[in-house]
Amino acid sequence: MSNADEQAAVVDIVTAGLKRRYAAERRFRLFGLLSVVLGFVFLFALFASIISTGYPAFQSTYVQLDIDFDPAILDISASPGSEELSAANYAGLVKHSLRELFPAVKKRRERRSLYQLVSIGAEYELRNRLLTAPSFIGRKEALWLPANDDLDTFMKGGIDRQLPQENRRLSDQQLTWIDALLEAGRIEKRFNTVFFTSGDSREPELAGIKGALLGSFYTLIVTLVLSFPIGIAAAIYLEEFASRSRWTDVIEININNLAAVPSIVFGLLGLAVFINVFDLPRSAPLVGGLVLTLMTLPTIIIASRAALKSVPPSIREAALGVGASRMQMVTHHVLPLALPGMLTGTIIGMARALGESAPLLMIGMVAFIVDVPQSITEPATALPVQIYLWSDSPERAFTEKTSAAIIVLLVFLVVMNSLAVYLRKRFEKRW
Amino acid sequence: MRTTLTGIVAAAAISTVGVLEAANRDYISIVGSSTVYPFATVVAERFGKLTEFKTPKIESTGSGGGMKLFCKGVGVEHPDVTNASRRMKTSEFEQCRNNGVTDIVEVPIGYDGIVLANSKRAPRFELTRRDIFLALAKQVPNPAGGEKLVANPYKLWSEVNSALPATKIEVLGPPPTSGTRDAFNELAIEGGCNTFAWLKAMKKKDSKAYKSVCRSVREDGAYVEAGENDNLIVQKLSANSNALGVFGFGFLDQNADLVQGSTVDGSAPTFDAIADGEYVISRPLYFYVKKAHVGKIPGIEEYLKEFTSEGAWGEEGYLADKGMIPLADDERRTVKNAVIQLNALTSLAQH
Repeated sequence: MSNADEQAAVVDIVTAGLKRRYAAERRFRLFGLLSVVLGFVFLFALFASIISTGYPAFQSTYVQLDIDFDPAILDISASPGSEELSAANYAGLVKHSLRELFPAVKKRRERRSLYQLVSIGAEYELRNRLLTAPSFIGRKEALWLPANDDLDTFMKGGIDRQLPQENRRLSDQQLTWIDALLEAGRIEKRFNTVFFTSGDSREPELAGIKGALLGSFYTLIVTLVLSFPIGIAAAIYLEEFASRSRWTDVIEININNLAAVPSIVFGLLGLAVFINVFDLPRSAPLVGGLVLTLMTLPTIIIASRAALKSVPPSIREAALGVGASRMQMVTHHVLPLALPGMLTGTIIGMARALGESAPLLMIGMVAFIVDVPQSITEPATALPVQIYLWSDSPERAFTEKTSAAIIVLLVFLVVMNSLAVYLRKRFEKRW
Repeated sequence: MRTTLTGIVAAAAISTVGVLEAANRDYISIVGSSTVYPFATVVAERFGKLTEFKTPKIESTGSGGGMKLFCKGVGVEHPDVTNASRRMKTSEFEQCRNNGVTDIVEVPIGYDGIVLANSKRAPRFELTRRDIFLALAKQVPNPAGGEKLVANPYKLWSEVNSALPATKIEVLGPPPTSGTRDAFNELAIEGGCNTFAWLKAMKKKDSKAYKSVCRSVREDGAYVEAGENDNLIVQKLSANSNALGVFGFGFLDQNADLVQGSTVDGSAPTFDAIADGEYVISRPLYFYVKKAHVGKIPGIEEYLKEFTSEGAWGEEGYLADKGMIPLADDERRTVKNAVIQLNALTSLAQH
């Protein structure tokens, strides 16, 4: 057989199989595309459901009441001391103004259901107002006060008027009162500032995420302050100074393993070591930060080592060649080049720490904490924990708060991850 | 660069140690039952907002977990109060004593009803405790008769009781770690078990065997452990109109547009029926106070006062608004007097 014949045979084989190969290629690409589309569909469905349930939480309902700061209603003397003021009958003020609005309501039961339209937060607000400015005593003011969660839900369309009375949270009578208030322009929806400025509450209309946000912030600060320097120092030592031996291999395997350990295990460790042995306070961001440090360290070390590895050896050799010490070589040349990659790793580690709730469960950060934490040793919760707690609350109005808190958490995660991408794009050098 | 970082870390470490040494808890620390949590938190919040004291911190650890923490010892690092959806056990009381927690004030606060509910789109179930036992126990008396136990053969509600619909037995409820489940087993399943005279008689003869029959739930898929989150159960019920769900009364109260409570022994789970004891599946709620901490941690006495005030736990108090069933009038008075005087438990004998 001649050479030309052989060539022709090969070409035949190739052309015969060509169609099949093109089809296989198209299928292969289609599978890839489908996977991407499927991923996006899931992501979109998740976002759509969270945002659609969560966005009403950014508004809340207020009721306008004519509050008569009459010392007789408040049950105080004409010129009270601060102690007398703090124990005054603020509920009485709200009840009095509601009775004036609806003088026809006489029965005890009816009055009770009338009073229920206004949040207990109204009392707190009036109390704060008088404590900061006692000069209000004796004056009459038209004030916008927070509505109860049922009224709030109704205003947002969450309660169906058509349902029989016993199946909804508002009675027929309460609905007629609400209609009268609406007619008089005494009900208004406003931007929900409370959600961003207050701590947790058992009343959905008063619950806010400031406490959880600050708790997360303090926890992450502790994590960052500890894990960044330790992680980078460990990475530099392992990558630049340690000689390869059985020991460094063991350490490397261990670090990789630790990165895959379920986070609850770190929580158990934190409980056993930091709380039981070192007697650190329960529920404190300090302990939370320590636990999350343990969790993020492997991530940071692995990312930092990868960043150091990507710096070409020629840079090191050149630095050593002009007489730099190894420390100078590292701090002057290698570290600056590797830093963007290290920062990216750190930010991704931090983002993971921000979304973590399981380890915090063990160290008592899953708790009802109203006061906004002021330091790393005061009890605090964290954002994911707040989401968990709200999702488990019986009040229907917490559903939207839960989703709203998820939106806030997602915003932070997106910002942190975008920052990581930006840093990589902006500063990373490729050789 | 590294020296500055080390400096920062060292400074941070030193300052924290300084802070910790000065730390003397100025807020009440409460742990315990997730069933009491929604009620205790409301009291704590009002207490914090309307007094000069800080708001107590409340951890939801479950009744058992709370007891463990509570009984660990006396001192600021240990909680002052633990909530429980059942009474303290003798073993826990002993544990407390062994760790120096000798003076404990017991405060019964009210009741919580456990409901079996289904979607509003399906007809309401009218159950008896016997039906519940037969439908959900692991072993039931042989349907053919006689005093023999067989593995639960029932697949449809109509097989249990011909008055019930011919739908599949499918009950979503809490896992065994939950206090609600304990109470459900004890009140509903055991209650139904006791309607069989020969099973009831077994209690005296062989209490171990009795417990394993009368308090165990079948594991063949008819009872689905749906997690501790009651909201999730409500959502699943509204999606699946054939299923029943087991959860606390508070969730039924909030979701009356989606689910309806089944009647048990002829009584629907309403606020009044539970308070009167007419609806039988309800359990007492408690909290326990460490007397040694009173006076050391600011605000404990005032917190007790707030909790036991009529405005809070009374028939028209704000706890009733949240779904807690109050104690009877005279019970409230007795408990309140005992609590104000801080009468400690001497033993766990029935009172």
